[in-house]
Amino acid sequence: MKKMILSATSFLMCLAVLEGCGNQDTAGGTVSTDGSTSMEKVIGALGEAFQANNAGISFTYNPTGSGSGITAVSEGRCDIGLSSRKLKDEEKASGLTETALAYDGIALVVNPANGVDDLSLDEVSKIYTGEITNWSELGGDDLEIVLIGREAGSGTRDGFESVTGTEDKCKYRQELTSTGDVITTVAGNENAIGYASLASVKDTVKAVSVNGVYPTEDTIKNGSYAVQRPFVLVTKTDKQLSDTAKKFFDYALSEEAESIIYSAGVVPARE
Amino acid sequence: MKNKSRIFENAVHGIFLILGLITIACVLLITIYLIIAGIPAIKEIGLFKFLFGKTWASTASTPSYGILPFILTSIYGTAGAILLGVPVGFFTAVYLAKLAPPKIKATVQSAVKLLAGIPSVVYGLVGMLILVPAIKNIFGIPDGASLLASVVVLAVMILPSIISVSMTSLEAVPKDYEYASLALGATPVETYFKVSVPAAKSGITASVVLGVGRAIGEAMAVIMVSGNVPNMPSLFQSVRFLTTAVASEMSYSSGLQREALFSIALVLFLFIMLINAALNFFLKRDKER
Repeated sequence: MKKMILSATSFLMCLAVLEGCGNQDTAGGTVSTDGSTSMEKVIGALGEAFQANNAGISFTYNPTGSGSGITAVSEGRCDIGLSSRKLKDEEKASGLTETALAYDGIALVVNPANGVDDLSLDEVSKIYTGEITNWSELGGDDLEIVLIGREAGSGTRDGFESVTGTEDKCKYRQELTSTGDVITTVAGNENAIGYASLASVKDTVKAVSVNGVYPTEDTIKNGSYAVQRPFVLVTKTDKQLSDTAKKFFDYALSEEAESIIYSAGVVPARE
Repeated sequence: MKNKSRIFENAVHGIFLILGLITIACVLLITIYLIIAGIPAIKEIGLFKFLFGKTWASTASTPSYGILPFILTSIYGTAGAILLGVPVGFFTAVYLAKLAPPKIKATVQSAVKLLAGIPSVVYGLVGMLILVPAIKNIFGIPDGASLLASVVVLAVMILPSIISVSMTSLEAVPKDYEYASLALGATPVETYFKVSVPAAKSGITASVVLGVGRAIGEAMAVIMVSGNVPNMPSLFQSVRFLTTAVASEMSYSSGLQREALFSIALVLFLFIMLINAALNFFLKRDKER
């Protein structure tokens, strides 16, 4: 009996090994990425999935910030740089190419009872820096505006503040630690305004349009919705990627990766 | 045969000793780790600037790491919770230990036990969905997430430890004391407050200290109702406690910010050590009497 179990297990193990050979490349090699801390979630998920499909390849991500990532790739210290902003013209001129991976659209949400439906980008920054403190100044009811935000270090907060130009100037009433908490709090207070990734906006709150454009996947993709930023992969224009790095680059932009990008809360850039 | 049983005895002793040492090892490990992890940031920021700085802006372009708002908020929040919770808990304990009919006593006691068993996240959730909007409407302020909301939640959370510890010490007062007082013509209520309560004084004090410990260490319930903005404490403002300062920023932190969070944890740990020392002091005094 024991022998039978033993041989059955070893047979199964052989099968597993064979199957492994069939599906996976055991090429080896490394892909190193460096840059934006906001991209941690999406790049981490992609890297994990990529490694699962390609045994033996090691994937590294160094969260240093967009600027450092761009410098790192131009100095050849990593394969792919990660930036949560578009490249500046002089950066492109210095021999770098950007490829959009995804768009991080941030919706501004208010309580459904709030009469305000549209804000300009300028109004949004004035609200968050405390220049506008009452909804009546925006055509709403005479209620004090309650600013709901995220904790320091959150990628959504970083994205929102950099797009609206309100870094370190926001006068938050509440700093919550998750998107869900932001939605729940805004849903429970008619004075409140908050921000959250578009993917997590629910019916309990109302997303407002910014500069007359309502946030949807399409308006984020075509760039007409203002509160958004691109997540770009930065590579050297004149230098070929290594085979392994090229493989990851293609994988990140493939159809297969789209669902992973969605689940990280951002909109894939792929057409 | 005798020899064999002695070997067995010794083996069991050894096993128990090892199990006991594991606990001590855990405490030592945590203490040493916290000290090692917490000191560098304090050194870099400067002890005075760290403890008495009024602004906390850990991700700003010129970051500042002052935790005075957190320390004061933790102290005020705990004091408020004690102020609200101790009278309620103390009188409940006197009632249950001395006056309550057995049926009511049993019911209230099991309710108190249940209260102690409710996970803190549930307190936070109820606070967030019911208490925070209620405070907003009652006081006519734009948002209810505030020091007051945290104080109320903490007051309810410390009730079970205050009630059960005070009750145990009140019940342990020798009946002879009370009989003597009654025989001298004092009414029962006079007896309880003038004889039983003074006799159980150190136990009741210990229960308050235990409540302080629970309140100052609570994070989950508080993070959901306090608003988490590093303001200097004020009753209707959104505030951040020592515990929530660590919890809210830990997940995305890096570099000096992360080290500073460990330093906050170290400060919190010192507070808890002080409270434990106070607790030991009161309990020891109780035993000596």
